[in-house]
Amino acid sequence: MAVQLAQKMAVESDMVRADMVEASEFPHLVHKYNVFGVPKTVVNDEVEFEGALPEPLFLAQVMKAAAK
Amino acid sequence: MAILNEDVRGKVREEFEGLSGKVKLVVFTQEFECAHCRENTSLAQEVAALSDRLDIEVNDFVLDEKTVQRYGVDKIPAIVVEGEKDYGIRFYGVPAGYEFTSLIEAIKAVSARESGLAAKTKETLAGLRDPLHLQVLVTPT
Repeated sequence: MAVQLAQKMAVESDMVRADMVEASEFPHLVHKYNVFGVPKTVVNDEVEFEGALPEPLFLAQVMKAAAK
Repeated sequence: MAILNEDVRGKVREEFEGLSGKVKLVVFTQEFECAHCRENTSLAQEVAALSDRLDIEVNDFVLDEKTVQRYGVDKIPAIVVEGEKDYGIRFYGVPAGYEFTSLIEAIKAVSARESGLAAKTKETLAGLRDPLHLQVLVTPT
């Protein structure tokens, strides 16, 4: 589950903060981030990916933003 | 009328039996022009009532400006899950359906001060030098 993984990362690291965003309640963000499928994860407004990825793949995507 | 039925309340109460550290749900709401604020606040209150390890604080998004700034909350409804410190966990919009489980899991992890992530993941995250802001967009199911 994407929200749970993201928030576990926030518990683990002081560098990470993690928001669940209910798309239907914030349509401007759906528009801003071109959300076509959920879950969609956006990291630092720089990296984005769709789907409920397993932990190692989710981490790999998240770390792409750290490398920027 | 209660949002959580007795069956769900019983299950969550069991989940919360293992809570150790205190957790505070910091809720942000508004009286008018916020479609789901009332539901969100009620849900947080019902969850908070299920364990003596849980506290709840309800803030007005307009009136409690200082608290809004301190937590960096930029939209409502919002719930911050705070433990011995603010871990940066936010729920924007009502955590319903699958995300209700996410709320319960966040409370458990914050209370235990333990992410439960794999050793390899922890190792990688320990190397972070710059802040990462993760936003996970979901829909109710």
